[in-house]
Amino acid sequence: MLLLTPAVLWLVVVYLGSIAGLLRQSFWSIEEFTGLIDRTFTFTTYRQLVEPANRDIIVRTATLAASVTVLCAVLAFPLAYYMARFVTPRMKTFLYLAVLMPLWSSYLVRALSWRQILAEEGVLRWTLRKLHIDGVVDVILSAPLVGGSSLISSRFSLVLVYTYLWLPFMILPLETSLERIPRSFLEASSDLGAKPGLTFRRVVLPLAKPGLVAGSIFTFSLTLGDFILPSMFGTSAFTLGQQVFVQQGVAGNDPLAAVFTFVALVIMVVYLFLAKRAGAFEAL
Amino acid sequence: MSARSGSAGLGLRICAFLVMAFLYLPLAIIFLYAFTTQSTSFTFPPPGLTTEWFSVAFRQSDMWSALRLSVTVATFATAVSLLLGGLLAAAVYRARFFGRDALAFVVVLPIALPGIVTGIALRSTVEQFGLPIGYWTIVVGHATFCIVIVYNNVVARLRRMSPNVVEASSDLGASGWQTFRWVVWPNVATAILAGGVLAFALSFDEIIVTTFTRGSEPTLPIYIYNSLFRPRNKPVTNVVALLAITVTFVPVLIAQLLTRDRESVR
Repeated sequence: MLLLTPAVLWLVVVYLGSIAGLLRQSFWSIEEFTGLIDRTFTFTTYRQLVEPANRDIIVRTATLAASVTVLCAVLAFPLAYYMARFVTPRMKTFLYLAVLMPLWSSYLVRALSWRQILAEEGVLRWTLRKLHIDGVVDVILSAPLVGGSSLISSRFSLVLVYTYLWLPFMILPLETSLERIPRSFLEASSDLGAKPGLTFRRVVLPLAKPGLVAGSIFTFSLTLGDFILPSMFGTSAFTLGQQVFVQQGVAGNDPLAAVFTFVALVIMVVYLFLAKRAGAFEAL
Repeated sequence: MSARSGSAGLGLRICAFLVMAFLYLPLAIIFLYAFTTQSTSFTFPPPGLTTEWFSVAFRQSDMWSALRLSVTVATFATAVSLLLGGLLAAAVYRARFFGRDALAFVVVLPIALPGIVTGIALRSTVEQFGLPIGYWTIVVGHATFCIVIVYNNVVARLRRMSPNVVEASSDLGASGWQTFRWVVWPNVATAILAGGVLAFALSFDEIIVTTFTRGSEPTLPIYIYNSLFRPRNKPVTNVVALLAITVTFVPVLIAQLLTRDRESVR
């Protein structure tokens, strides 16, 4: 029991304690004229969430996080499936490490590379030109939801770079789930006359769900709270993380920053409970 | 264990290869542009290659002080997390107690919730108490999520260890200390080492929590971030980025091999 005390004290006092401190602050407000923080208990700051500008930030960020999650799942599937079914144990260990290693290199550095890839005269443009399909860029830039004035400042780039950064988080638990599907299930399905597509939808996908959900915890959560990447890529429209960062810093509106942080926290806690019910924690 | 069956379709193999290339090509780009002769843009292919950016980068004293800060912060955060995370894993493994499941949930929160939550919560609370923001608040913020990494590594190893060996040891008359020293420790040592290395790497690369908990001194990731918006000498950033990757890559690879080996023979 003694062993437990220091770590529990740390987690409860430092971590949960600071979250409690932040919660307290979210019920303060800012005085309109002086710009000073009024420390009386009020719901005023929470009420600001329904203002259109603030509501947009939440919807935009949740949509971004959801798109990144879906794209990660789509890209992760072929590699995870290949790793789970078709390679020798040695090769699997190698691929596993190869997928894992980028997660332990600085995410900032990996994001930096995309600023150089997407640059006006950069490698992506060059490659597309060599393939004679550089028209694709203009199509993307003029598309309604993902467009922008240049590759770096388009919404497309933000989704792309997040997908790149968090992809390993999706591949690894997905591979674990796929690996656990007994060979006989797939054989039974095809013996009973199911075509590969049907087997995939009705057998593989449902059994892969814990892995997909486990991966999505990270892809969703990390996108939701990030404020670094939106300052490097995408349009000038704020994400939730940026709003927290700016309100806490430049704007000096700590209560509003706290309120937005709790929006992210509540979304994630609900997400974690749903994920736990979907059996995702066993796949982690 | 599902047997490997036949070979993958060509389409699947191509897709798998492309995804792997997608993961690694950007790192090659960082490497390439550390040598470009252009100072302000990233034309492909680079018009020429030079190593002069390395000497420019290594002459910058603020880069060295950022590196020093990152290394010392990561060292302290790792030390704290090894102690606390290791003890926590031992306690959770040994005893069943009230609230054990709740505790297991709380433990993953610093990793599962966005880093911005840890960062701003810590900052606002420290400020509410009127305490200074600086070196030690960075360490405390980092230790909070590093504990989780060490805990996960050690607890996973303990779970794979047969409880019989501990019982056998005490049945044969070993004291608690002897059992720990000669039975438990040889089993968990590599997991603790691996957990420590991973905690160090995580702390070394962290930027979100750090943004909120730091004083005026930048850590290496913040130094890199700030230099992104410098108009000139852009390849210098790539040199520093390569340095940042180098510091963690080899130790992390070794740490992973140490833990993977055991898992595959389980």
